[in-house]
Amino acid sequence: MIPARKPRPPERLLYIHEHGFSDRRAPDLPSLLQPGDLLVVNDAATLPGSLFADGGVEVRLVAERPDGSFRAVLFGAGDWRTPTEHRPPPPSLSPGDALTIGELHATVERVIRPRLMDLRFSESGAALWLALYRHGRPIQYSHLQAPLEVWDVQTRYGGRPWSAELPSAGRPLTFAVLENLRQRQVAVAALTHACGLSATGDEALDAALPLPERYDIPKATVDAVAQAARVIAVGTSAARALEGCARKHGRLVAGEDETDLVIDARHRLQIVDGLLTGLHDPMASHYQLLQAFAPLPLLELAYRHAEAQGYLGHEYGDGCLIL
Amino acid sequence: MNIQGTAALITGASRGLGEALARALAARGVRLALVAREPDALEKVAREIREAGGVAHALPGDIGDKQAVYALAGTAARVVGPIDILVHNASTLGPVPLLPLGDTDCEDVSRALEVNVVGPFRLTKAVVGGMVLRRRGLVVLISSDAAVMPYAGWGAYGTSKAALEQMGRIWAAELDGTGVNVTIIDPGEMDTRMHADAMPDADRTQLSDPRRVALALAGEIERGLPSGQRVSVHI
Repeated sequence: MIPARKPRPPERLLYIHEHGFSDRRAPDLPSLLQPGDLLVVNDAATLPGSLFADGGVEVRLVAERPDGSFRAVLFGAGDWRTPTEHRPPPPSLSPGDALTIGELHATVERVIRPRLMDLRFSESGAALWLALYRHGRPIQYSHLQAPLEVWDVQTRYGGRPWSAELPSAGRPLTFAVLENLRQRQVAVAALTHACGLSATGDEALDAALPLPERYDIPKATVDAVAQAARVIAVGTSAARALEGCARKHGRLVAGEDETDLVIDARHRLQIVDGLLTGLHDPMASHYQLLQAFAPLPLLELAYRHAEAQGYLGHEYGDGCLIL
Repeated sequence: MNIQGTAALITGASRGLGEALARALAARGVRLALVAREPDALEKVAREIREAGGVAHALPGDIGDKQAVYALAGTAARVVGPIDILVHNASTLGPVPLLPLGDTDCEDVSRALEVNVVGPFRLTKAVVGGMVLRRRGLVVLISSDAAVMPYAGWGAYGTSKAALEQMGRIWAAELDGTGVNVTIIDPGEMDTRMHADAMPDADRTQLSDPRRVALALAGEIERGLPSGQRVSVHI
């Protein structure tokens, strides 16, 4: 799939259903859904997760931990134009070592792998977060033409800054589309899911992705799921939170928790009936996940078609609806 | 609207009506993210609210700065949770002392529009989508009768407030039926530093106390403000 090279709204929508697939436009999404259907989105805002410390080390925040520390992946010197897998490793760090980022100091609390560690910042609360926004930028992608600004990596409805990368499946949900969904009596509910990094530049670490991720499902969303005809997860993160929660408790329960669920072809869906997502490289774990929603031969046909038709992939690419 | 336990973001909260509204909402159990340019004055307000048992965080920032908007929205959501009430109270008068339009620099008009219109637009855009998904929310635009009356000398400010009010009405129209209300408030002439900057010779005994206006406004918010309307809260 050719990657979209700049932030843009999704234009095309590959609609995969039990009888085959067809080409639609992203704004036509509401017409593909029925009254009574429910879209569940991930309303995490994307945090400014890339920070450069003195000495050129790049700190990429994976997630804030419940104890206030941050899990982070570190890279050696280099900028966003270097693909992640070609970035040099960071200098060797041990617990107690400190990094300086502007007026912030980050102390290494725990080294999990040579480039994966927990950091604690000198500030907390609003002062810390304003400093993170001041010194941080969004995590960048080397296939884009220009660096991303913080407003390039937000959905229309992001709230708490929990996500290391843009929950990009929600980009078709513009205000115009949300209004059309409402007119059509298709419900939309939110959960918050802390999407981690999609790549770390460390093969062994990448193989273990996604790492366990935190989520918060409000009671209103649990109720909306109970009343829905069909539940369509917007993005793999929303699917992971819903299915991870149901696997753990046997049903959906409201509240905050963490999931290590990896959805793949073997996973039997308990809550989610469909998926609105982006188009990603067929080699990525994303493609494994899609097989929980549609059989592989159909996915292969649809993906080959999308590629031949010039659909764009990755974060700012076109959309894909599987029902 | 039952506001106990909700979260609010108030701009221009270091003094005047913004400060007084912060105290009034905190006393009603609203968790607050407070924004203003002056960090020390803002932190003092937040600290005093916390000492009185409330929840308030100081978020120093300039609402006219595009780079600051997601920082303020994201930080606010992080420290007080998803925002239920957004109060656009910060504004700039433009040139002080007030000048006829013909003597006003273009840059002063631009800055007034940036702070009083574009800033609230950006912040609303960053916050209101989450309100739509939760099917609940209130956006309050603090305006002035200078938005309606063509007072000589109030060109930059009056023009920007008129634009702010029209933008608020359009937000309200577009959000009709979503559960999110957008209301314009005219608080009347108050004894604030902004008023002193604009009209240093005014008879202060004729001006209302922003604390009393804030209490009345907090009561109106609790009772429920009509969306798309302009409400005068005159004491």
